[in-house]
Amino acid sequence: MTGIDWLILGLYFAFVLGIGVALKGSMKTSADFFLAGRAIPAWVAGLAFMSANLGAQEVIGMGASGAKYGIATSHFYWIGAIPAMVFVGIFMMPFYYGSRARSVPEYLRLRFDEKTRGLNAISFAIMTIFSSGISMYAIAKLIQTLHVFDGVFQRLGLNSSWIFDFAILISAIVVLVYTFLGGLSSAIYNEVLQFFLIVAGFLPLTYLGLKNVGGWSGLKATLGPSYTHSWAGLSHANTNRLGVEWFGLVMGLGFVLSFGYWCTDFLVIQRAMAAKSMSAARRTPLIGAFPKMLFPFLVILPGLIAIALPTQPAVPPHARVVVGAEVPGKGIIPMKVDPSSGKPMLDNDGKPQLDYDLAVPSMLLHYFPPGMLGLGLTALLASFMSGMAGNVTAFNTVWTYDIYQSYIRPGATDAHYLSMGRAATVFGIAFSIAAAYMANRFNNIMDMLQLVFAFVNAPLFATFLLGMFWKRTTGHAAFTGLLAGTAAAAIHHGLTLPAGAVVGIKGGWLAVTHIYPSEMAQNFWTAIYAWSTCFVVTIVVSLVTRAPDESKLVGLVYSLTPKPEEEPMAWYARPASLALMVIAGTVLLNIIFW
Amino acid sequence: MGIDIRLPLGILFLLLGLILVVYGAASDPSLYRQSLGINVNFDWGIVLLIFGTLMFALSRRGARAQVRTENDQQSPRSSGH
Repeated sequence: MTGIDWLILGLYFAFVLGIGVALKGSMKTSADFFLAGRAIPAWVAGLAFMSANLGAQEVIGMGASGAKYGIATSHFYWIGAIPAMVFVGIFMMPFYYGSRARSVPEYLRLRFDEKTRGLNAISFAIMTIFSSGISMYAIAKLIQTLHVFDGVFQRLGLNSSWIFDFAILISAIVVLVYTFLGGLSSAIYNEVLQFFLIVAGFLPLTYLGLKNVGGWSGLKATLGPSYTHSWAGLSHANTNRLGVEWFGLVMGLGFVLSFGYWCTDFLVIQRAMAAKSMSAARRTPLIGAFPKMLFPFLVILPGLIAIALPTQPAVPPHARVVVGAEVPGKGIIPMKVDPSSGKPMLDNDGKPQLDYDLAVPSMLLHYFPPGMLGLGLTALLASFMSGMAGNVTAFNTVWTYDIYQSYIRPGATDAHYLSMGRAATVFGIAFSIAAAYMANRFNNIMDMLQLVFAFVNAPLFATFLLGMFWKRTTGHAAFTGLLAGTAAAAIHHGLTLPAGAVVGIKGGWLAVTHIYPSEMAQNFWTAIYAWSTCFVVTIVVSLVTRAPDESKLVGLVYSLTPKPEEEPMAWYARPASLALMVIAGTVLLNIIFW
Repeated sequence: MGIDIRLPLGILFLLLGLILVVYGAASDPSLYRQSLGINVNFDWGIVLLIFGTLMFALSRRGARAQVRTENDQQSPRSSGH
């Protein structure tokens, strides 16, 4: 990085911190801090809804999947996000927002009971800490691999082995300062800033890349149909790059996983709960869905271009990249190198593995001269920070309202909970840093934790769906259903294995009864089993337990809640119109990239 | 609550655009061999400048509208204009 790049990065830091400082004065009550005073305009909440999910792992990971699987990766957006975002906006937001619950676990307490809330709150709090730790680890590792700070460290006479620690510390401190000062408002406003920076940093990359490879038709000619079709070949798992058949994809990803995330995860729902009115809350996910629909072009296409470019050890002199200089990979994606031996890593067939995670960073270094490179790297950091701030604000809210206020110290003053929220921001980030170092040292533990999180998350949507749309669902049933669904996920994982994998963390630890064509197929089917088990168990237990008191469910269940009244507004701004536009756009994109 | 995000957004992009345009105009053209001969700093800097100006203008207009509503609320009789 040269001076101009540092200038751009510094400017970005000054603005995100400045927003925190500007908002400091308006944090008077806990509702200001945790709910942004429920005063956020719909378009701001909508962009934040989308950006909170757009962590660095998303940007890096989607580029990596683009290089690995091709344009079919867009299923993670067009099937795996848009329908769920429309559903939560149109059908679920009236209950989340209308119930005046301050968090998703609190909705569960209002609708069901204390134990269901406790289960959700505690598992969610632990998950957010670890996932922000894992993404912190990922970004620090990336900065280390790209050698962006090496020049400065050498000039200052510092040991370059401290780059990892420096990267973790600097990003954690910046996020800490602005969320500590301005709470959720600060996180949301910064997410909007970060959203535009990510677009500003990545759009020229896609443009230059596409121009270089001769546009979409050039990409098609170089890579062939398996990379450039999203649906063709999905009739059977062996005829597409994902290794999944259409049913597993639509049900596993499109229904269970996607609805489970977008409709129940407090990290995103919190952004809509902060909106200034019911109609703004309903429009939040719908407005977020528009950029979401187009993001594959920004984050997936660079991955495809990276693999399509002629293989070359292109190392621009200012970039100081060492990786990939000696060992050619494919396109401009280098081979995976074992950090301890320095030798390329081989897969089961003895072929060298590609380090797909470097697809997008390699593209930045390949095309961007100083100046734009600074903007591109700032965009990468911005995506990381928006994802991390999402985790931090969701954590401090769930901790303070659903754990501390409920189980540790109920009945304290509002000022006390406000200062607890600030304290939770500090120790939440401290725990995340600890998790990041844990990920660095014990990679396997992190893989295992992520697996457990997947088991816990998979059944969630069945509980919410029944809770919101079937008034007979009881608290005991919701609780048992969630546990049964998680158990089903674990058992399914223990009984199956993806092709070519070894028994252990990848599955089969009980007995191998079925081999899936790919890990992705196994994941999708684990989710399908978990969801179905939770759904059936919840219904059965509901029928044998005492029906809940209907008068207490008004505003929480569909059939007992009056329809939300539409504010007078232009036809195109109404939630239903926005939903139809998003769906039409998504269908069109699917047809174009069939 | 607190701020209109379009104001800091506008200022940030105006500054970013300015930095890129000035640097793009002053830098050695050989720098742009890797970006297919396109001076991405200058060209994209212009786009960011336009975006920044737009956001800045929108935030000013929003601020004026806010002042007007507040005035209207203070003197309900003058709300006819």
